[in-house]
Amino acid sequence: MKKVEAIIKPFKLDEVKESLSSIGAQGLTVTEVKGFGRQKGHTELYRGAEYVVDFLPKVKLEIIVSDESVAKVVETIEKAARTGRIGDGKIFVLPVEEVVRIRTGERGSEAL
Amino acid sequence: MERRARRKRGPASAGLALIATTLLAGLSTSAFAAEEVAKIDTGDTAWMLVSTALVLLMTAPGLALFYGGLVRSQNVLGVIMQSFTCMAVLTLQWILFGYSLAFGESHGGWIGGLDFLGLAGVGQDPNPAYAATIPHLVFMAYQGMFAIITPALITGAFAERMTFKAFLVFTLLWSTFIYDPMAHWVWGVGGWMRELGALDFAGGTVVHISSGISALAAAMLIGKRLGHGHEQMPPHNLPFTVVGAALLWFGWFGFNAGSALAANGLAANAFVTTHVAAAAATCGWMAIEWLQRGKPTVLGAASGAVAGLVAITPGAGFVTPLAAVAIGVLGGIICYYGIRLKESFGVDDALDVVGVHCVGGIWGAIATGIFASKAVNSAGADGLLHGGPGLLLTQVAAVLATLVYCFAGAWLLLKVTDALVGLRAEEEEEYAGLDLSQHSERAYVLGSVAD
Repeated sequence: MKKVEAIIKPFKLDEVKESLSSIGAQGLTVTEVKGFGRQKGHTELYRGAEYVVDFLPKVKLEIIVSDESVAKVVETIEKAARTGRIGDGKIFVLPVEEVVRIRTGERGSEAL
Repeated sequence: MERRARRKRGPASAGLALIATTLLAGLSTSAFAAEEVAKIDTGDTAWMLVSTALVLLMTAPGLALFYGGLVRSQNVLGVIMQSFTCMAVLTLQWILFGYSLAFGESHGGWIGGLDFLGLAGVGQDPNPAYAATIPHLVFMAYQGMFAIITPALITGAFAERMTFKAFLVFTLLWSTFIYDPMAHWVWGVGGWMRELGALDFAGGTVVHISSGISALAAAMLIGKRLGHGHEQMPPHNLPFTVVGAALLWFGWFGFNAGSALAANGLAANAFVTTHVAAAAATCGWMAIEWLQRGKPTVLGAASGAVAGLVAITPGAGFVTPLAAVAIGVLGGIICYYGIRLKESFGVDDALDVVGVHCVGGIWGAIATGIFASKAVNSAGADGLLHGGPGLLLTQVAAVLATLVYCFAGAWLLLKVTDALVGLRAEEEEEYAGLDLSQHSERAYVLGSVAD
């Protein structure tokens, strides 16, 4: 089992979510986050004082999938979240040791 | 008042009055008094009642939103509360003794006497010394609204770090020892600035320079906000600020046109010059910012409007609408540079009270000395452009006296406040924000991020 973590542009969230549903992904956790990569921030101007905003708003989504479907899920996110411009984000894949469905006590891939 | 009016009447009406008084003995004399003082003008009275309410609107929601939007989200309630509290506490101060100190019988031109303590003798009849066609009560209430907004203006300088207790003590002291005497000097019969011939139609010196220079003293004494200079402190809600500025603009019609104390041509002149100056200053600030920084900002436009309104305040009833264009445009540009002054002084005047109200107020007083014309107001004087260079000198003298008295006075009163209750919130309280630390409330409970 793997965890796919993706940092994407906030306005791409709906598109990514729909694409993931269409390939049968079940369950998704979303967090509003701030950060920066190669995309530079912007400058704000208030009464002549400049504020450099480094941290840009992004959305982080987390989804746990079986080993077989990792490639498909990553590709789907990649396609749906891409605009081709700087700041599109990144996708990380991490190993997951255990999953527990709290309601039933199921373990492992059963619980996905 | 009643007695003075009676003395003026002829013998015939005196006889009638005697009969009437006898008949009405034991009953309320108010109906009789109203009939006797035929001088009350209903149009003037209606306009002044409306103006009074308009000036109150400037403090809250006007100033409260203007300042509230400019602070960080953890301090918005604290800032709004200070404006709102001025409306409550200073109303009581005003009717109990403030009005009397400002408009009571003059003691050497320095301070009013205690004649009107607790509004004694301030009734439904006019006080011809100040406004012969409206009830004395209306004049008192109208002036009271000025006494409310002036200390509220200062709160922008020490925003986000003064305790509520210190604000309360300082505001009461400042109103009593700075505002009330200043109002007396400029507007009181016998007040020394008035005798000097200085022109201040609606409160350039009394309201704006006095609060602006006191704000400088406050910002210097209380020190910078924690993190100032290396943490970013952008305004948390500019729509609030713009709504606040628009409400100030609206309320300023009462402030300036109401200062004619009548519904007449002079009020119309002040109304138009006020509006024109606000418009011109908005354009002025927007243009200079666009040229210098590449973008016209919304906050710049709102600040420009306020700067123009400040600048026209002393001259609104003495200059022509065309002069108001010049006063406004230059006011916007001068204040645009005015707010940069604090950088060279190293003072954290959080919401730019000095740059807008002190600098704009000084420009307005000088501009009045340049543009004033007797053709607009025969009770005024001719300024530099109309062949009266003396007025400009008088205006400068009045400005200097105001700067010196208010800065020194505010400094002293802040020291007294500091000794009594301490000025500054604790470090932890300041980080948590005034909303939580001073009032145990938060403005935005639904916010997902409690920053």
